[in-house]
Formats: sequence, C-alpha cells, structure tokens
Amino acid sequence: MSTVAEGLLYSKSHEWVKVEDGIAIIGVSDFAQKEMGDITYVDVPDVDDEFEKEEEFGALESVKASSDLYCPVSGVVVEVNEEVVDQPELVNADAYANWIIKVKMADESELDDLLDAAAYKELIGE
Amino acid sequence: MKYYDKLILELSKPGRTGYSLRQNDSCTTDALASLPEWGKRKTDVCLPEVSEVDVVRHYTNLSQMNFGVDTGFYPLGSCTMKYNPKINEEIAAMPEFQSIHPLQDKNTLEGIRAIFDEMDHALAAITGMSHFTFLPCAGAHGELTGLMIMRSYHMSRGDLKRTKVIVPDSAHGTNPASAAVCGLEIVEVKSGENGLVDVESLRPLLDDTVAGIMMTNPNTLGLFEREIKQIAELVHEAGGLLYYDGANMNPLLGVVRPGDMGFDIMHLNLHKTFSTPHGGGGPGSGPVGVCEKLVPFLGVRVSGYNGNFPVILRAYTYILMLGRQHIKQAGRLATLNANYIKESLRDAYKLPIDSVCKHEFVFDGLKEREGENHDELPTTLDVAKRLLDYGFHAPTIYFPLLFHQSLMIEPTETESLETLDDFIRVMHLIADEAHTQPELLRTAPHNCPISRPDETTAARNPKLRYE
Repeated sequence: MSTVAEGLLYSKSHEWVKVEDGIAIIGVSDFAQKEMGDITYVDVPDVDDEFEKEEEFGALESVKASSDLYCPVSGVVVEVNEEVVDQPELVNADAYANWIIKVKMADESELDDLLDAAAYKELIGE
Repeated sequence: MKYYDKLILELSKPGRTGYSLRQNDSCTTDALASLPEWGKRKTDVCLPEVSEVDVVRHYTNLSQMNFGVDTGFYPLGSCTMKYNPKINEEIAAMPEFQSIHPLQDKNTLEGIRAIFDEMDHALAAITGMSHFTFLPCAGAHGELTGLMIMRSYHMSRGDLKRTKVIVPDSAHGTNPASAAVCGLEIVEVKSGENGLVDVESLRPLLDDTVAGIMMTNPNTLGLFEREIKQIAELVHEAGGLLYYDGANMNPLLGVVRPGDMGFDIMHLNLHKTFSTPHGGGGPGSGPVGVCEKLVPFLGVRVSGYNGNFPVILRAYTYILMLGRQHIKQAGRLATLNANYIKESLRDAYKLPIDSVCKHEFVFDGLKEREGENHDELPTTLDVAKRLLDYGFHAPTIYFPLLFHQSLMIEPTETESLETLDDFIRVMHLIADEAHTQPELLRTAPHNCPISRPDETTAARNPKLRYE
C-alpha cells in the first residue's frame, strides 16, 4: 500500500504538484518511489531551464531501473532541491515532503488536466 | 570456492623480481637527464615487486573466483552465453593471424581480405541482407551505425522531416539509447496481451516524420513477432525503414532470415550468436548488414581500421566448423532446450504468457500455492541468489520491464539433456524451499565468497579506487 497525499494534484506519470503563489512545487508520488525501490540518483535540470507540459525534466535512478521525470505543467524552473540530489534516499523516506523542482507556471489552466487525490488513487488501483 | 581478494600490490616486497638485468646495461639515467623538469615524476612509480610464482598464484587464485561458461551452466536470457569452442581460439592464435598489422602493405593481406569477403558472403546468406560492414565493435555500436545509415538514407533523398524512431516497450534498453545518441526522437509502441507488438497501436504512429522502427525478433520475451510481414508493409508504406536488433538471432539460424521478413538494416552480435567470447571474456563485434538499396550508405566510419578482426575470425571459424546443415541445428536445439525448461518448470513458476517460445522465455517470479499471496513470496532476486548456492549462474532478472518479477532463462543449444534436467531439478528444489523455508532464499547465497553486497550504498556512494 502506498499513500496518496490529500490536497495535491497528480500526473498520470506519477509526479505530484502543489501550487503556491503561481509556483508549482513538483515531486514524485509515494507509489512511484515504491515502484523504483532504493533511489540512488536524482537527475535535475538547471534553474531557468524551460519546459513544456509533459516534457522530460530529469530522471530517477535506482538499483533496479531508471525512470524519466515529466513536467506536469509548462514553465521555468525557479528552484531545484539540492538536498535530494545529495541524498536521494530522502525521496524514499518521504516522497511528499521532499520536492524536486519548483516551476513558475506559464499557464495555470493546465492544472485542470491533473488528477486530484481520489482520481490518482483510482489510477494506481488503491 | 576459496576466498581470495588480495591486490597484487599487497604481495609486493622491495627488490623482489622474477628477472635479473645485467648491471650497467641501462640508459635510463641519460634519458632522464634530457627530460625537462616538469616531465619528471615526483613520486616513485607504484609497481608491484613480486616473483614469478607470486604472479602465477595470484592470477590463478583470482580466476578461481570467477564463473564462466567454461565452469558451468549460464542461463542468462537475452545474452546467448553459448559455449566458445576451443578451435576458435586455436585458429585465432595462429602466428599468421597474430602477427598482422592493419597498416602493413595491402598486398600482403590478401588472405585476410578473403576472410572478410567470405564472412560477408556467409552472413548475407544467413540473414538475407545484401552486404555487411565489420567496423562496429559491439551490438549497441552496431545499432548506432545502423541508425546513422538510416539517417543518411533519408537525408540523401532530401527527406529531412524523419526524426522519429519507433521502439517497442519490450525492446532492449540499448535501442532507445542508440536512437538518442544518434539524435533521433524515440516513440514507444505498446505490446498487446500476447506480448507481441500491437499492429493497431503501431498504425497511428506511422507518418512522414518516422525514420524507422527498431525490432527484436524473437522479442525479449522469446516470442516470435508473428505480424512482422504486416508491420514491415505498414512501415515501408509510410516511408520508414526497419531495423533488426540481432541480439536474438540465435533461434532463427538457418531457419528464418530477417531480410525475408522485410528488415532493411540489422546488426549481429558475433559474441552471442557466433560463439565468440562474451562480456568480460573479450571484445565484441557487431557487424551491420543492409539490404541492396542501402549498400551505398554502408561506408560509415565508426571505428579505426577494420573492426575487431580476431573476433570476426573466431566467428568465421564457428561458421565453417558447423556448415550449412549444422548451423540450422543450432537454432532448433536452442529453441527446443528453452521450451523443455519452460514446460518442466511451469508448475512451480508463474508463466505470464503461455505460448511456444523461441530461444528464451520469461517467468514472472514464483507461482503461489493455495492460500499464499504472490507478493509475499521470496522475490526473483532471492531465487537468483539461491541458484548461486547450487552452482548455477543466475538468469537475467527484472528484464524485460513488462512484468514485476521477470526471470528470463536462455539455455542455448550448448547444453546436454542431463545439464538441463539438473537445472530443472534445482529450480524445483528452490521453489519448494521458497514455500517451506523462505528465509533460506532471502539470505542466500550461503556458499559464495561474498553474500549480498549492498548495491544501494555502492550506487549512492561509489568507491572508485583502491584506498
């Protein structure tokens, strides 16, 4: 069983989004970190990099697999969480407390395409 | 197995050597004097000082920590770890081949050129391609070469829009990686319930931006892509090319040819299908073959000189030793052996796709018994680790990614019925242990020099040098 945090938005590719003042804080879901197993490497973009919605912005690597990260919304990266780069195990420890990037959104209406906690629970079958 | 983990530097004693040089027979002092100050070493060179017997024992002990196809059964799926006949080595060790140099006078290399020509001819006959280049030094190198040929072909026609390559979700990871290195965009096509590429999912992906599709046939589940003729027609109609990943060519030897299936470009792994050493055992070779219309693009320069000739020579020896009739037998026996193991073990392991396989097949972990939960049984990793205790190399695990507990077995044609039966007996034994004493599997291996290395810590904090 993995947890789905209430109040966040989710993408079908298992990223979560929390919105604060036009900034999208982005991480991966507990389901995603469980599927990956022990994460050994978090590949992140640079600040000021620009991404389209659903464009690949980084990757997670574990002993078992490597998986791309997709940007749930279009925008410019304003901050990168260096802590998870240095300690990838934080993502395993608490996937919701440890965000990966913050993006200044180009178009807030894109949030409408994301899933709420209930719809995401259904997607992962829990 | 005796545990041995010394470094040769730890055996070093100052002044100990396995040779003696005449006194005053050295020019090192003069040579050093003429070197500029910045070019001189500030510290002593760290070389081991050991006797001959120290060296021999050291490397012999290390070699006994190794497991290879010469020591035991090696059922590593998707790798075709077949036995490497010793005659290959004998031929490659002949002084006529050992002492040649790529820059020597061409007129003295007529025999070598004849071998390349005959190899080209043999591989063309086996695959239905027109000609091969022998420059690529490994399978993935061949993939990159093949994609470069694909690109040159489209560009030569002024067709610059074709930047996408379609790759099935069951593909070897090298396929999308090679496409990315070649600067192409990767589009994934899904497999259907039967584990084969779904033609209806493929159809909408085909347009005038598609450079081609990369396919492995039989695919990584060991299943023959039965719709290949229709797929080839659709891709060709859309103006794309078909690339054949030759990693799984072994079962098709002498039976079916990629050229006849409609493929335009392909690579072969000589170190898989044609019995040259694989993995740590030696350099590889990934010759790329093309259909007639692509021959003008075959000249792409992807390595210096002429490729890994000694490897090509070993594969040439293998082909000549088998001949047309016996090559056909290799593919059929590989297929028979895989199906024999699959059918013998399906009562104890979960078979996700019930179908006749080719040279390999995939289990999805252990089969649960009544009242058991599949997720609570020992994992595929545990089964693989326990196999080591019984003296077998582990199969490929957690690939392909289509199932959670993939365990992929490929016996090759090399193995006798007795070896296959022994492997089947042990796999049944392990399955019984999994239900009755699961901890035995979870803490395996118990008989190896080291048990379970901490892979996570090794990946997070790699130590890349001694000390």
